[in-house]
Amino acid sequence: MSKKKDPRFKIANREALIGVGLAVFNFVWWFAFAYGLGSKSPENYQYILGLPAWFFYSCVLGLVIMVIAVSLIVKKGFVDVPFEDEEVDR
Amino acid sequence: MNWEVIIPLFLFLLIIFAIGFWASGHVRASSSFLQEYFLGGRELGGLILAMTMIATYGSASSFIGGPGVAYTEGLGWVLLSMTQVVTGYFVLMILGKKFAIVTRKYQAITLVDYLKHRYDSKIVVITAAVSIIIFLFSAMAAQWIGGARLIESLTGLQYTSALFIFAVSVLIYVIIGGFRAVALTDTVQGIVMFFGTLILLIATIVAGGGISNIMTDLTTENPNLVTPFGSDGSLTPAYVSSFWILVGVGVVGLPQVTIRAMSYKNAQAMHRAIIIGTIVVGFIMLNMHLIGVFARPILPGIEVGDKVMPMIAMEVLPPWIAGIVLAAPMAAIMSTVDSLLLLVSSAVVKDVYVNYIKPEATQTQVKKLSFGVTGVLGILVFVMALDPPDLLVWLNLFAFGGLEAAFIWPVVLGLYWSRGNKYGAIASMVVGVLSYILIDSFYPEPLGMHSVTFPVLMSLIAYIAGSLLIRVEQKESI
Repeated sequence: MSKKKDPRFKIANREALIGVGLAVFNFVWWFAFAYGLGSKSPENYQYILGLPAWFFYSCVLGLVIMVIAVSLIVKKGFVDVPFEDEEVDR
Repeated sequence: MNWEVIIPLFLFLLIIFAIGFWASGHVRASSSFLQEYFLGGRELGGLILAMTMIATYGSASSFIGGPGVAYTEGLGWVLLSMTQVVTGYFVLMILGKKFAIVTRKYQAITLVDYLKHRYDSKIVVITAAVSIIIFLFSAMAAQWIGGARLIESLTGLQYTSALFIFAVSVLIYVIIGGFRAVALTDTVQGIVMFFGTLILLIATIVAGGGISNIMTDLTTENPNLVTPFGSDGSLTPAYVSSFWILVGVGVVGLPQVTIRAMSYKNAQAMHRAIIIGTIVVGFIMLNMHLIGVFARPILPGIEVGDKVMPMIAMEVLPPWIAGIVLAAPMAAIMSTVDSLLLLVSSAVVKDVYVNYIKPEATQTQVKKLSFGVTGVLGILVFVMALDPPDLLVWLNLFAFGGLEAAFIWPVVLGLYWSRGNKYGAIASMVVGVLSYILIDSFYPEPLGMHSVTFPVLMSLIAYIAGSLLIRVEQKESI
């Protein structure tokens, strides 16, 4: 707790908040497409690549979007920091 | 006996053993036994970190139970399983660099070590160690039973012999190789799971005459199968969404997952693991459960859900490929069990014995004890799994939710909220576990959500209240 000003912790805090943001986005995407498109009667479903549209957007495209978003954010936004303190134990 | 299936399984076990022996060389050569044996020397790279996280977390339920339920419920259950994608990035981003830095500073080897330094309280340590030992021991026994049942159904061996083969295989490589063996075998097992899923998905789609054809067959049988609401419309949005806590973000609190967030080498390893983890966990969860749904028109009328996955593999694949694919659930179970075994062993050796019983123990004593405890625990689970006592079956029901409710806030807020203190942590653990058991026993699924939802919220309130109401004046850091 004495190391409150450790600059690495500022980076860590920011990245943790990004994690929360991604999870919220993930949830909204997943929920909105699944129940937005899936709540009508199955006769009125549209199909994409053979799958019902709600499922395609929510689960298949949703996964692709999350993989792209996570990759971009980690590659562009995450900072490389050393983990060891002054006393290096190895 | 079905030799074409047995031979690939046997080869798979041989590879696993070879890794165990290779890793045991590191254990012998290491200058810091505890750190090497229980944490792999903090040297994991990105691929191995991602794979060991997924493989530990993705247990029998992802490969046997889950597809079985998807077979019955349809696409609604695949939607539910997709709540697990978040684990691929969330755990490492939340615990992330801060946990890695802090646990190195504390020289923590286990989750309990971290709690001990953070809260400086004997009660926190004992409560945490006891919860880990009780809950994970029960979870482990349940997985062993699953593993033995799988071997039994694939090979036609007796349950007891199947259990014996399973137990001996796991025990040998875990005892000799420690965490490094567990992580490396998890990686092999994760790769087997990934390709097993891919092969089986393609073969199932072909056997069903294409996805459109399968969807038409499902709609003809019961239109609910292609909706998000399950075969009888009972999967409500509230219920399905509440799985975001149990198998999604709540996973941050599971000790077998958090321990991995202190085992990696550097920030690049963590970055790579986040990307690989998200891809692999998403791919496996989506497709394994889809296979369960697609299997329905091909093999209608399967009564026991757990048989769907083995039966569809035997149906749509040539036998020797089926053997390779069926090594995947085997791998999933083994990779979960090995981690739990090592974790319970570390709780006994490091958290209880070295902390409180004999702090002055020498390296050699600790080494002997670690091998011994791991072995004895394994034998104990074996005996329990032969004829599981009711208490154990009951405890297993609460294992994952209970650990999440107990640990999520003491771990996460311990990192990010400096006012959090031992009173908050104790209140949070006690309230989390007790309210979960009480709610699930007497008032299950309040407001249509999974029973774990409210205990997680209540343990948050308890943590904040406990920390704010009783102030701890101790400014000096450890």
